[in-house]
Amino acid sequence: MSQNSFFEPQCPLPLASNETIRLAHGGGGHLMQQLIQDVFLEAFSNSYLNALQDSAVLPAQDGRLAMTTDSYVVQPLFFPGGDIGSLAVHGTINDLAMMGAIPRYLSAGFILEEGLPIATLKQVVSSMAKTAQDCGVHIVCGDTKVVDRGKGDQIFINTTGVGVIPRSVDIGPHRLASGDRIIVSGDLGAHGMAVLSQREGLEFSGDLVSDSAPLHTVITDLLNHNLVIHCLRDLTRGGLASALNELATAGPCTMTIEESRIPVSNPVRGACEILGLDPLYVANEGRFVMFLPPADVDEALSILHKHTVSQEAVDIGEIGAAELTPHQSLVTLRTKYGTHRILDFLSGEQLPRIC
Amino acid sequence: MKHVDEFRDPKAVQTLSMEIHQIARHPWTIMEVCGGQTHSIVRYGLDRLLPPEITLIHGPGCPVCVTPIELIDTACELAKLPDVIFCSFGDMLRVPGTHEDLLKIKAKGGDVRIIYSPLDAIAIAKTNPSRQVVIFAVGFETTAPAQAMAILQAHRMNLENFFVLVAHVLVPPAMESLLSAPQNRVQGFLAAGHVCTIMGYDMYEPICKTYQVPIVVTGFEPVDILEGVKMVVHQLEEGRSVVENQYSRSVHRAGNLEAQKIIDEVFEPSTRNWRGIGNIPNSGFQLRPTFGKFDALQHFQHRIHLTDAATSPASECQSGKILQGLMKPSECSAFGTQCTPDHPLGAPMVSSEGACAAYFRYRHSSVVRQ
Repeated sequence: MSQNSFFEPQCPLPLASNETIRLAHGGGGHLMQQLIQDVFLEAFSNSYLNALQDSAVLPAQDGRLAMTTDSYVVQPLFFPGGDIGSLAVHGTINDLAMMGAIPRYLSAGFILEEGLPIATLKQVVSSMAKTAQDCGVHIVCGDTKVVDRGKGDQIFINTTGVGVIPRSVDIGPHRLASGDRIIVSGDLGAHGMAVLSQREGLEFSGDLVSDSAPLHTVITDLLNHNLVIHCLRDLTRGGLASALNELATAGPCTMTIEESRIPVSNPVRGACEILGLDPLYVANEGRFVMFLPPADVDEALSILHKHTVSQEAVDIGEIGAAELTPHQSLVTLRTKYGTHRILDFLSGEQLPRIC
Repeated sequence: MKHVDEFRDPKAVQTLSMEIHQIARHPWTIMEVCGGQTHSIVRYGLDRLLPPEITLIHGPGCPVCVTPIELIDTACELAKLPDVIFCSFGDMLRVPGTHEDLLKIKAKGGDVRIIYSPLDAIAIAKTNPSRQVVIFAVGFETTAPAQAMAILQAHRMNLENFFVLVAHVLVPPAMESLLSAPQNRVQGFLAAGHVCTIMGYDMYEPICKTYQVPIVVTGFEPVDILEGVKMVVHQLEEGRSVVENQYSRSVHRAGNLEAQKIIDEVFEPSTRNWRGIGNIPNSGFQLRPTFGKFDALQHFQHRIHLTDAATSPASECQSGKILQGLMKPSECSAFGTQCTPDHPLGAPMVSSEGACAAYFRYRHSSVVRQ
């Protein structure tokens, strides 16, 4: 998509929505130019992208840059509470937000399967554009490839994000400290169960809506209040249990969480019960876990509760020992009965193609 | 959440724990038969709420775990055939055969599909008339009715591309086999509630009488399990041994007669080899002759070849002792070192009902570090 514009002697007809993607749409010729104009530029238009140079040229930023990339292969493309387009924006923005960065720019790489209806692509791209606009980020460069029918699965999207970290912000597992409280921003497992129920046509799907949402606004609000946030992590694939284990290993430290305080909605609990899944391992796309000193917990919770995405935030546990060797790291869960059990990394894949 | 919360209520659990402490006067060893119960016990730490007199040992009630290695190898050979779509419950895919597992066959190009119901395989057979669809029929009496129903449906539809690799096993003969073994330690049983939902519990009466063991039909939630333990301990302390039903919200004495009728129409009892335990008479199902045309072993017998060198489980694996309650997973020297869910030596480490999987998932660090 990032080719130089060139003289075009003909004026092609706009792409009809009843057309489908052909291999030539990724071939660098007329059809690709038409796709770029009618679908991508039409939706994403901004001064950085519209220049159509080999690279987007961006202004210098005040502060350190955070950069992240993620690929999205979710099936189905459209699910209750979102679609692959909105997910491709939220997911990458949230990775930036977890470093305390203010998201600024995104790239968008598309791998399209031959035979994909243009109308479906337009719907995804339009959702992506609206989500980016709502989040205050620009999609500044992109790429399109088309693969043979049967070699892809409709649409795969990669987005890379760049954000700016304010000078005073230092967030990461290196700051995890003994006694830190662990706050989770809301109920768990809604995204994974919404996608799964839609994909498998399960009858309880009506009650399940993805939690996919941008998290940078609430994080910025927390940082503006000068709270001492030691570490943040968004809860994506592998859910809360995997995020805590990753951070305990990175710390290295031990963590204990209270089963009775972990928020899970009744529809998610019910669906997980029926399917034999543990909500602690189910994917989220609009939830995060936060570590901070006990003195800042009350203020943090009152700020979190003012934002829709985190209005059910709750303190679920604490860091035990810190400054350990990696093999001493451990996450335990205190059950409702006062017994303790390990909360380990997931073995194998619980739910494939969930994001 | 209704029908769940009341059976996980912390106050009820605490009360039952106290009551068991009060009534237990002698050391007793109780086996929970079902792997689902084992997982509840380890997940919630219920064994740690019991007095030291009570030892819970984990039984063979994990159908994935007891499926013999020659059937896993046969499944792998069938899944390799280019015209076969091999359908299985997800649990079976990571169970190690002699050389490979179904997941590896899938990665190499075998058409292995995870299904949630045997009827899914019927739909696959209908929509793929040029392919041969084989379903790996694994499970206790609990899943047998759905399997039988799928076979009846295939029969009525005259499906010619639908086959079943039957690996169904039955609980009561396995319990008798454990009790009659010279090394038996079991003094009382928590019987598997879901099996009894289908089959009722009359069949346990002769076992109680012959071996003088209390058997309590028990559910799967924390309150169920502790109530079941309490009922068994009560009987043991009083010197009684009868069949009692803790799981009355799901189980009736006669069971589900319609389901039993369907099972009986399709299957007949047969001797079955249990992994790690050996042959147990009348402990499995095979297809009745009327439905023999659906038997995958018969249909594909000339197309699959198992060498004699095949069909041997890893020698370090102690799953036979684990499945008979003679050893706890944490007592196995390979546990958590040579044998993990990512590199399993035996089925109990990968099945969602396997005792080793439960210990690894919920306790492994404390066990490995001891």
